[in-house]
Amino acid sequence: MRFLFKTRYEHDIRLFKHGGAVFWYGLLLAALLLAPWLLDSYYVGQLTQVMIFALAGLGLMVLTGYTGLVSLGHAAFFGIGAYTEAVLLERGLPFPLPLLAAAGVAAGAGVLIGRPTLRLAGLYLAIATFAFALIVEEVLARWESVTRGNNGLPVPASRLAGLDLSQGRPFYYLTAAVLVLVVLGLLNLLRSPTGRALIAIRDSEIAAQSMGVRLSRYKTTAFALSAGITGCAGALFAHKLGFLSPESFTVLQSLELLVLVVVGGLGSLHGAIYGALFVVALPQGIAIARDHLPDAITSQPGLEPLLFGLILILFILFEPYGIYGRWLKVKFYFQLFPVYKRATFKRQKTYTRSERLR
Amino acid sequence: MGGSAVLQFLQLAINGTAIGCIYALVALGFVLIYKATEVVNFAQGELMMLGAFFGYTFVSIWGAPYWLGMVGAVAATALFGALLERVVLRPMVGQPQFALVMLTIGVGFLARSAATMVPGWGTGTHAIATPFSDDAIVLAGAGDGRLVVSPIYLAVIVATLLLVALLALFFRFTRYGVAMQAVSQNQLAAYYMGIPVKTVFMGIWGLSAGVAAVAGLLLAPITLVEASMGFIGLKAFPAAVLGGFGSLPGAVAGGLIIGIIEALAGFYLPAGFKDVAAYIVLLLVLLLMPQGLFGRVARKKV
Amino acid sequence: MSLLTVEHLSVKFGGIQAVDDVSFRVEPGEVLSIIGPNGAGKTTVFNLISRIYDPTGGRIAFDGQDITAVAPHAVAGLGIARTFQNIELFDNATVLQNLLLGRHVHRRVNLWQELLFTPAVRRQEVAHREQAERVIDLLELQHHRDTLVHNLPYGARKVVEVARALCTEPKLLLMDEPSSGLNVEETEDMAFWIEDIKKQLGVTVIMVEHDMKLVSEVSDRVLVLNNGRVLAEGGVREMQSDPRVIEAYFGK
Repeated sequence: MRFLFKTRYEHDIRLFKHGGAVFWYGLLLAALLLAPWLLDSYYVGQLTQVMIFALAGLGLMVLTGYTGLVSLGHAAFFGIGAYTEAVLLERGLPFPLPLLAAAGVAAGAGVLIGRPTLRLAGLYLAIATFAFALIVEEVLARWESVTRGNNGLPVPASRLAGLDLSQGRPFYYLTAAVLVLVVLGLLNLLRSPTGRALIAIRDSEIAAQSMGVRLSRYKTTAFALSAGITGCAGALFAHKLGFLSPESFTVLQSLELLVLVVVGGLGSLHGAIYGALFVVALPQGIAIARDHLPDAITSQPGLEPLLFGLILILFILFEPYGIYGRWLKVKFYFQLFPVYKRATFKRQKTYTRSERLR
Repeated sequence: MGGSAVLQFLQLAINGTAIGCIYALVALGFVLIYKATEVVNFAQGELMMLGAFFGYTFVSIWGAPYWLGMVGAVAATALFGALLERVVLRPMVGQPQFALVMLTIGVGFLARSAATMVPGWGTGTHAIATPFSDDAIVLAGAGDGRLVVSPIYLAVIVATLLLVALLALFFRFTRYGVAMQAVSQNQLAAYYMGIPVKTVFMGIWGLSAGVAAVAGLLLAPITLVEASMGFIGLKAFPAAVLGGFGSLPGAVAGGLIIGIIEALAGFYLPAGFKDVAAYIVLLLVLLLMPQGLFGRVARKKV
Repeated sequence: MSLLTVEHLSVKFGGIQAVDDVSFRVEPGEVLSIIGPNGAGKTTVFNLISRIYDPTGGRIAFDGQDITAVAPHAVAGLGIARTFQNIELFDNATVLQNLLLGRHVHRRVNLWQELLFTPAVRRQEVAHREQAERVIDLLELQHHRDTLVHNLPYGARKVVEVARALCTEPKLLLMDEPSSGLNVEETEDMAFWIEDIKKQLGVTVIMVEHDMKLVSEVSDRVLVLNNGRVLAEGGVREMQSDPRVIEAYFGK
C-alpha cells in the first residue's frame, strides 16, 4: 500500500503525485510517440480515431462530468467544429487557423446555448441542449450555400510547409499533440480555482454561490470550454471522414458521446479516454467476433447499437463509476489486499431525495 | 381569396390536431412516469414502436381480427412496460436521476436494435390492414374549397379524446388511480398510508406503456410501422415542456399545440422549419416561461 | 457603527408572510443568537441576509453599504459567510478542496493563467493552502484533510462547514443551527470554537440555535423571533425569563 507523505504545499499541487505516476505516464507518452512507427497504418488510424473521440469526450466531460450540466446535444459542437474546419480550408485559410477557428466558433455556439439557459435546472437544461442540437443539425442541412447541405461537403487537406497533415502519421501526431495539450490544460484547470468552482457548481450551486462563485460566469465558461474542445475534436474528425454530411452529427451521435463519458467514468479525465477506447473498440470487437460466431448474429445491422445499449445498461446497473471507476476499485483491492472488504463500495439508497429541488 | 386562406388554415389546423393527438398521447405517457418517479423515459418512443409492432404481429402476421389485435397489442405493451420497470428500473430506486435517464437511453437503443432482429419485423416498413377507408370525409364546403378530414385522422382524434377522458375518470374515481396520484405526490406518505408503492410504480409504467401503444397503433396507418418510428417520440419533450412538465392535461394540450404549430410551419414557413418548429417552441418556452402552461416553479429550501 | 443593520425586513412566499418587519443591529465583535420556535423565520432571515431570497420590503446594510439588492455571489466578497442548516458541502470533493473553495473570493488570477498554470497561479495556490491550514489547525481537521466529504460522519461535516466559511476570511459569520445533530461533546467543542472565532479571529457571529445551553455559553445578545416577527431582544438571562418568550415556546 502506498502512502504519500506530503511535506510541502507543492506536493499537493503538482500533477504527478509520486514517482510511479511519472514512470507510467512517461511510458504511455513514449508508446504514444512510437506507435505510428511500430504499428500497421490501419491501427494508427484506429488510434487516431480513439484520440479524436477522447478529445470530444473530454469536452463533454468538462461540462457534464465536472460542472454537472448534462448535455444531450454535444454532437452539435462536434459538427460545428467539423464544418468550420472544412469551410475555412475550402476558402484557403492556412493551418492552424481553421483549427483554431473551429474551436472558437464552437465555443461561441456553446456560449449561445449556455448563456440563456443559465437558470434552467438539470433536466430542463438537458432538454434545451437536445433541442439546440436538433436545430443545429437542421441548419447544417439547410444552409446549403455554406455547407452544401445534404449533398455533402468534401474536406480539403490541411497542409503545413507542403506536408499533408490530414492523413496517416502527420495526422496522428497532430491529433496526439492537440489531445496532450488539452489534457494538460484541463489538469491545470482542475487544480486551480476555476476547476474547483466548476465542481462546486455540480455538487451544490447554493453553497458555491455563498462562497463567491458567480454561477453565470462559470457556467458560461464551462459551456465555452466544453464546446470549444469538442469543436476542436470535430475539426480533426472532419479530416478523418474526408466528406461531411449532416447525418454524421445527429442526436444519435450526441447520445453516443454521452454514453462514452458515462461508460468511461464520469468525473475524470481518464474516463474520456476509456470511453473513447470502448466506443472505437466495440465495432472492432464485433468484426473480430464475426470470424467466430454464426453469421446470423453478426451480420445484423442492429448488433452494434444493441450491444451499445446493453453495455450502457449493464454499466449503469452494476458499475455506475464506469470503466475508470472499476479500474480504481481493482487497484484499491490490490492495495488493500488481503483486508479489502466487499462492502467498501456499496451504494447508498436515499428514498426521499427529490431531484426536482436541487 | 380570403375564404380559401381561412379554409387552408383550418385544414392545416385539423391535420395538425390529428398528429398533435399522437404527440399528446406520447407526452401523456411520458409525463405519467415523470410525475410519479421523476424518471425521464427516453424510451417512450420505443414503447410506442413496440405497440405498433405488436399490433402488426397480431393483426397482419397472425391474422387476428383488427380490434382484438389492437387490444392485444396494448395489453402486451403494457405488460412489457411493467416488466421493464420491475427488472431494470426497480433495482435503481434511490439512484440519482441522471443514472436513470441514461438507463432509459440504453433501453431505447436496445429496443430499437432488438426490434430489427425479430423475425418478421426487421428493418423494413410494414402496414397494418385497418378497417378505415381511404376516402376523405368532407366536413364543409364543396369542390375545391372543401374542408376534409381523413378517416384515419378522425379516428386518431376521437380515440385520443376517449382515452384522455377515460384516464381522467380513472385517476379521479378509481382506487388505483388515486393511489397513483398519491405516489406521484409523496412517496413516503403513500408508504405510510399502506399503498404498495413499488407495485404502483409497475402499474404506472404499464399504464404509460399502454398509452404509448395506443399512440403507436394510431400512428401506424399514417407513417407505417418501422423500427425507427420511435423518433417521433422525441416530440414528447417539447409537448411536455410546453404543458409544464408535471401536468397531465398540460402534456395533452402541449401535444396538440405542437402538432398544430408544426402543420402551420410546414405550409407558411420555408422548408426545414417544419422539422424544427417544435424545438424552437421548446427553447422559447424554456427561456421565457420555464414552468410551461400549467406547471409550477419549485424552489429549494435551505 | 453597527456591522449589520436590518431594517423592517419582510418577505412573503405565496400567501405566507415568512418574515414580517424584522429590525435589528449587530455590533462588530459580538455573538448574536437568534432563537425562536420552529417556523419562526430564523433561517429565512439568514437567507435574506445572504441574498438567497429577495425581500419584499425593508433594507439590509452591511459595513456601511446597502446590500439589499446585491447579487448572491457577491455577498462572500463583501465579508459575509454562512453555514447551512442541512449541510451544503461538496460531497464528491475532499475536505481540503472544500476549504480551498472557501478561498474563492480571494482568487486573483484569470482563466488563461490557470490553463497555463503560470507561476502566479502556483504562488496563489500555495498561499490559499497556507490559509486553509490555519483554519484546519483551529478546528482540528488535520486527520480529515484528504477525506472525501461523503465519507465523513455528520459531526465532522458540520465542522467542515464552519471551516469552509472561515476560509473566506469573513467579517460576519452566519451559523445556521451549528449544534443540530451533534452530541454533547461535539457541542462543547463547537462552543469553544465559536469563542475562538470571536476572540482569536475577531469575526462577528450571528447564530440561529435551539440548544439553550450553547446559546447561553457563547452569546452576547439574543434575538427572539416568533411567527416571522421580532418578539424580544436582550441579554441571555433576560430572554430566558421573559414571559412572552416562554409563552411562544411553551404556550400559556
